[in-house]
Amino acid sequence: MSVLVFTENWDRKFKKLSFELVSYARGVADLLNTSVLALSVGPVEDSELMKLGQYGASRIISIDRPELKNLDNQAWAGVIAAVALKEDARVLILSNNNTGKAIAPRLSVKLKAGVGAGVSSLPVSTEPFTVNKRAFSGNALAQTVIRSEMKILTLLQNSYGLCETENRAVIEKSDVQADTGFLKTEVLDVQKQTGKILLTDADIVVSGGRGMKSPDNWGPLVELATLLGGATACSRPVSDEGWRPHEEHTGQTGKIISPNLYIAVGISGATQHLAGVSSSKYIVAINTDKDAPIFEAAQYGIVGDAAKVLPKLVEAVREIKK
Amino acid sequence: MKILVCISNVPDTTTKVKFTEGNKSLDTAGIQWVINPWDELSLTRALELKDNPASGVKSVTVAHVGTAASEPTIRKALAIGADEAIRVNAGAADAWYTAFQLAEVIRKEQFDLVLCGIESSDYNGSLVGGMIAEFLGIPNVSAVSSLNIENGKPVMVREIDGGKETVTVPVPCLAVVQKGIAKEPRIASMRGIMTARTKQIKIYEPAPAEPLTEVVSFSKPAPRAACRFIDPENAAELISILQNEAKVI
Ligand SMILES: Cc1cc2nc3c(=O)[nH]c(=O)nc-3n(C[C@H](O)[C@H](O)[C@H](O)COP(=O)(O)OP(=O)(O)OC[C@H]3O[C@@H](n4cnc5c(N)ncnc54)[C@H](O)[C@@H]3O)c2cc1C
Ligand SMILES: Nc1ncnc2c1ncn2[C@@H]1O[C@H](COP(=O)(O)O)[C@@H](O)[C@H]1O
Repeated sequence: MSVLVFTENWDRKFKKLSFELVSYARGVADLLNTSVLALSVGPVEDSELMKLGQYGASRIISIDRPELKNLDNQAWAGVIAAVALKEDARVLILSNNNTGKAIAPRLSVKLKAGVGAGVSSLPVSTEPFTVNKRAFSGNALAQTVIRSEMKILTLLQNSYGLCETENRAVIEKSDVQADTGFLKTEVLDVQKQTGKILLTDADIVVSGGRGMKSPDNWGPLVELATLLGGATACSRPVSDEGWRPHEEHTGQTGKIISPNLYIAVGISGATQHLAGVSSSKYIVAINTDKDAPIFEAAQYGIVGDAAKVLPKLVEAVREIKK
Repeated sequence: MKILVCISNVPDTTTKVKFTEGNKSLDTAGIQWVINPWDELSLTRALELKDNPASGVKSVTVAHVGTAASEPTIRKALAIGADEAIRVNAGAADAWYTAFQLAEVIRKEQFDLVLCGIESSDYNGSLVGGMIAEFLGIPNVSAVSSLNIENGKPVMVREIDGGKETVTVPVPCLAVVQKGIAKEPRIASMRGIMTARTKQIKIYEPAPAEPLTEVVSFSKPAPRAACRFIDPENAAELISILQNEAKVI
């Protein structure tokens, strides 16, 4: 019996996301008195794989098959299911990101494993196996019992944190092959986002709403984000108007993020917007209207005009970065 | 080509959710039920494709797993323009159970392209679409933000972590759709509303299956501390607090 965690790499490197997943898997494995097995798919060097050990994986299985170059939900789920069965995994852990959401449901059917989708804390009990999961767009947690013998959990990004331990991991190369009959996804074109910090990875996000008034006023907001090493985001009307790219839209119908710091500038704080950002550790709001609902979600607020406040913040960050 | 759009019935997105009976179930009093926003957009895109004869789309059907109480939502989908509607007469016990029922329907009715939303705004599983595809053993593409049909093949743009890809899979297949798939949800016309009244909703009784998960209670996330206001004239203080007290920058 083991806890199996699927760790994704980007250009042969793991990100904080993967280390957080392994940390979480370690927490679950401790509850079950078992060990963590990390699975990596793709060409990753041993020195990089070993990093997974620092967060509590005892064994690291690396599968490097050329046929798994592109994400094919059916074929990838097949490979992960094969490893899970071979290793007698009881709990499978994936991220609640795009890849996790693509694979987890197929794994669930393959393994007849119930899914706790969007968890942010350790199971509240292992007998019966009970988790708290996100529900009603972050407005509630649903305490859910998973009755099947195998269980799948998908972890919300940035919700658990990192826990380092002593590294005693061993790496094993697996020869599990993808059933090429299931490789049906043909990739015609790739548009990679390069250079910029991905919104879903960012620890700090500076976000603008309609209160920014015009697409021409974004300069200081972008500058603040850049100085803080963060990413930029926006409310839905802003992306609908074409002031900012669609990738930046956060909220119920956009991206769901949970950075350490979310600075909302000229955003009223509609429930649909908060649905995408409410699990941020700290929310800061800048708004001219002291009664704007965003202040109910925020820990820190400034009642003021974005055009005046943002340059002051940029200046203050410059000072501390000196 | 026959398209099926799976629709779930969710509380209007502005609903302040409350629970009853010791937090065991949703307090449905006063709740306005709507088509899950993603499903409304999927339906819109399916109808746009059907409007264009070059796409080869001949019909758009909607399917829902739910009790008779959700018929107004199904009627709304018919009013927007769906040709046919199917309801599996059972509560949607969990994602696995729901997907199992939908897969049974799809086996009987045979669709070329099935559309599901990326998540339903109530239980936020992001599961039903992928599960249906696996039950049927057909390919699926997730996080689809654009869908076209070229020479009988669906061509989709999907979001992956770190970028976008244009992909195609052979039919029959399933797409899990997200933002971008259609601009604005299509609104029911007067004529649509009239014809929807007389359209038949096909009812299937559920096939035997047991859910794998069960929600036993709900809780509200811990409330946040009251907001601490900082003088706009002294905005620099905010940065110092974030650095020294919150320690996030
Ligand atoms: C089904 C559905 C799904 C939705 N999904 C989303 C979603 O995913 N994400 C999302 O964001 N929205 C979503 N919405 C829309 C949402 O309801 C709100 O309309 C939207 O979030 C408002 O955006 P906003 O805060 O930028 O604009 P507004 O509500 O117009 O707020 C602008 C704010 O700026 C303030 N302001 C004005 N001038 C200044 C100034 N000079 N300086 C500082 N502040 C100023 C105002 O006081 C106001 O609070 C959805 C709606 C529906 C119906
Ligand atoms: N009861 C249901 N009936 C029909 N389709 C559903 C139902 N529940 C979920 N779906 C479909 O599955 C998608 C994702 O739902 P979920 O997995 O619950 O987040 C929805 O957008 C619908 O397309």
